[in-house]
Amino acid sequence: MAGISIAASQDAQTPTHTAWRALRQNRWGMVAVVFLAVMVLTAALAPLIAPHDPQAQNLLERLAPPSWAGDSDHLLGTDHLGRDVFSRLVFGSRISLLVGVSAAMLAGVIGAVVGLLAGYYGGRLDWILMRLADVQLAFPSILLALAVVAFLGSGLWIVIVVLGLTGWVSYARVVRSEVVSLKTRDFVTEARAIGVGNLTIIRRHLLPNVVAPLATIATLNVASAIVAESALSFLGLGVPTHIPTWGSMLADGQLYLGTSWWIAIFPGLALMLTSLAINITGDAIRDATDPKVYRR
Amino acid sequence: MTTVLSIEKLSVDFELGTETVHAVRDVSLDLAEGETLAIVGESGSGKTATALSILQLNPVPPAVYRSGTIRFGAHDLLALPEARLRAIRGNDIAMIFQDPMTSLNPLKKVGRQIGETLQLHRDVSRRDTRSAVVEALAQAGVPRPDERAEQYPHELSGGLRQRAMIAMALVTRPKVLIADEPTTALDVTVQAQILELLVQLQDRHGMAIVLITHDLGVVADVADRIAVMRSGEIVEEQPCEPLFAAPQHEYTRSLLAATPRLAGASEGA
Repeated sequence: MAGISIAASQDAQTPTHTAWRALRQNRWGMVAVVFLAVMVLTAALAPLIAPHDPQAQNLLERLAPPSWAGDSDHLLGTDHLGRDVFSRLVFGSRISLLVGVSAAMLAGVIGAVVGLLAGYYGGRLDWILMRLADVQLAFPSILLALAVVAFLGSGLWIVIVVLGLTGWVSYARVVRSEVVSLKTRDFVTEARAIGVGNLTIIRRHLLPNVVAPLATIATLNVASAIVAESALSFLGLGVPTHIPTWGSMLADGQLYLGTSWWIAIFPGLALMLTSLAINITGDAIRDATDPKVYRR
Repeated sequence: MTTVLSIEKLSVDFELGTETVHAVRDVSLDLAEGETLAIVGESGSGKTATALSILQLNPVPPAVYRSGTIRFGAHDLLALPEARLRAIRGNDIAMIFQDPMTSLNPLKKVGRQIGETLQLHRDVSRRDTRSAVVEALAQAGVPRPDERAEQYPHELSGGLRQRAMIAMALVTRPKVLIADEPTTALDVTVQAQILELLVQLQDRHGMAIVLITHDLGVVADVADRIAVMRSGEIVEEQPCEPLFAAPQHEYTRSLLAATPRLAGASEGA
């Protein structure tokens, strides 16, 4: 997404250029971006990368240790049903990224619309939408997700929709506060003065100016959605059990943690590193697009 | 001369919490075709609130249009529904604002923003829009207009941005131009150029101008008539020369006295 800065720097660069340069100078940010790129490639090319069928059971080779830690030809060992942990990890990344990105996008769209409307129109609409946000925030989202999944049954899309519907509040609040200050700026009055309609002002003049904070929150939201999906899968309420996900792998592994540590440790590590990388990327995007952050 | 815009007994309040500010009180003003009417007054005198009322651009809330009519052609602008009003904004009546630094959307190319006005009100092709934008920029005295149209606002100097704003306001050839402190944010030398440009464009297109300013020096050069405002009321309204030569109201006299440059100007007038 185009990082957009409203910094009116005097050098003859577009705002996107300035932000991109700042992003490249952030060393940890670039490490995180590269890590994420590798993750995305892994997910996309999973069938080519995984050495085994992630669902093929082989009870003769159950609980085999990683190849570099014992006598086995499985890179990261096998689980209690003899399934290859590395292959399951690779395929699990697909679910994690799909759920994370889709849920964040859904939440982002809802939150942006709510924030734009509440901020621009103000008054009673603002009050109603923001109280709705308060209610949503006061309700533990994982509990809501649990209730919905328990009620409607589990499924990939149900998980995505539930996580999307519970994540919109942070977008809405940030967008609203940005819009409240943006709408008093002269270029919005100017747009009204030339006869632009309200919805067009929102779409063409306000939305582009809140893309940077939206992108920042979206990255952080992707990480939290991935963790939330894993938590649901860990509890057996995520995606159907035959699909490998990091959360269900963790759940499978916890019984064997004392003897076969590799079943749970590797999905846990993947989960931790991915959400860390996404968070660092989010911070880097914020720093690169925020003119108030000091730049060396 | 025929009257194009007529404000009658306009009152506008701002309701700020428990307090009500009477920003505009019973203001009546007429604007003739092709003339320049200046509204002068100190900060908070209601001159901007009056100007913004014409197109109903005061933020609602807190603004409340209490009473009065604003006649433009056959319409009372205060009674028009929003959709009809939008067809007049930018098309028949255009505005330029004080601060050219913030009046342009920082994320859009200058040319596209000017073209937006035209596309809203006219059924024009992309190519015609483009050539009209370049022509408007050229008329507003922007050098190399075709290149400037492709630039972002932050790449232009303050004076050029105000010229771009003028191009944006005039691209539809409005009958009335409302200029709210158009030179306040600019250097003195650039101020003079912008005023001269406005006078030139008025001669060419024959539009009427409502010029809002606190700077009597600005007014002396360009205005036909002057209305002096204080605390939301018009205290004095006269043609330019008599007002400078023989101000009737005490407040006008103190305004004139507060402007050193004008001591010479009023003697010359």
